Amino acid sequence: MKIRYFAWLREHIGASSETLSFDPSWVSVADLVAELKTKSDGHAKALSDMTLVRVAVNYDYVDLDHTLSDGDEVAFFPPVTGG
Amino acid sequence: MTVIVTEDDFDLAEIYAKLRTPKSPPSPGAVTVFVGLVREMNNNRPITSMTLEHYPGMTETRLEAIRDQAMQRWPLTGATIVHRVGKLGPNDQIVAVGAASAHRQASFDAANFMMDFLKTEAPFWKSEDTGDGAEWVSARDSDDTAKRRW
Repeated sequence: MKIRYFAWLREHIGASSETLSFDPSWVSVADLVAELKTKSDGHAKALSDMTLVRVAVNYDYVDLDHTLSDGDEVAFFPPVTGG
Repeated sequence: MTVIVTEDDFDLAEIYAKLRTPKSPPSPGAVTVFVGLVREMNNNRPITSMTLEHYPGMTETRLEAIRDQAMQRWPLTGATIVHRVGKLGPNDQIVAVGAASAHRQASFDAANFMMDFLKTEAPFWKSEDTGDGAEWVSARDSDDTAKRRW
């Protein structure tokens, strides 16, 4: 599955995207977040307070309890500031 | 021209002309176009430049959805959203939202609605440079409040 990061999350993590093999033990987005936080200090910092982070799966906003599927594109980013 | 995300500046006259004279009838009796600009100051600090990042793919999907909602909710003859990305300077045009309808109220309301939803749902992020480093702009609670009135 493809993971994408934007704005200050991208800066903390040092990459705009990465590809992970889907692990069937990940049921929800929260499980994926727990896994990602172990990858580096940057990941841990970026994902330390999920109240500051919005999550989209396949371009739709989702909550942390959203069920993941293999092949999903999951994006993590701050609240949006366009317009 | 319905939804456009671009690094290039846009021509307001062109946006207006397309809303004013649609390819197929009916023609509108009212057109509202809103334009958002880069402020020269933010929180009492002068801004030298602003960079807009976005999520290609999701941005267009969300903007299309917002436009579709407006088209369904009001009797519009046309609706347009144009949003720029990349590096912009003070007073540059950032966004244009336009709505055309038989009567003014629907065009005003639909344009307002599209802006309020764009502000809270479209995946854009602003970074402001004041000359001593760039900072990510924080989201405003007032934008969430504005969206809830719809």
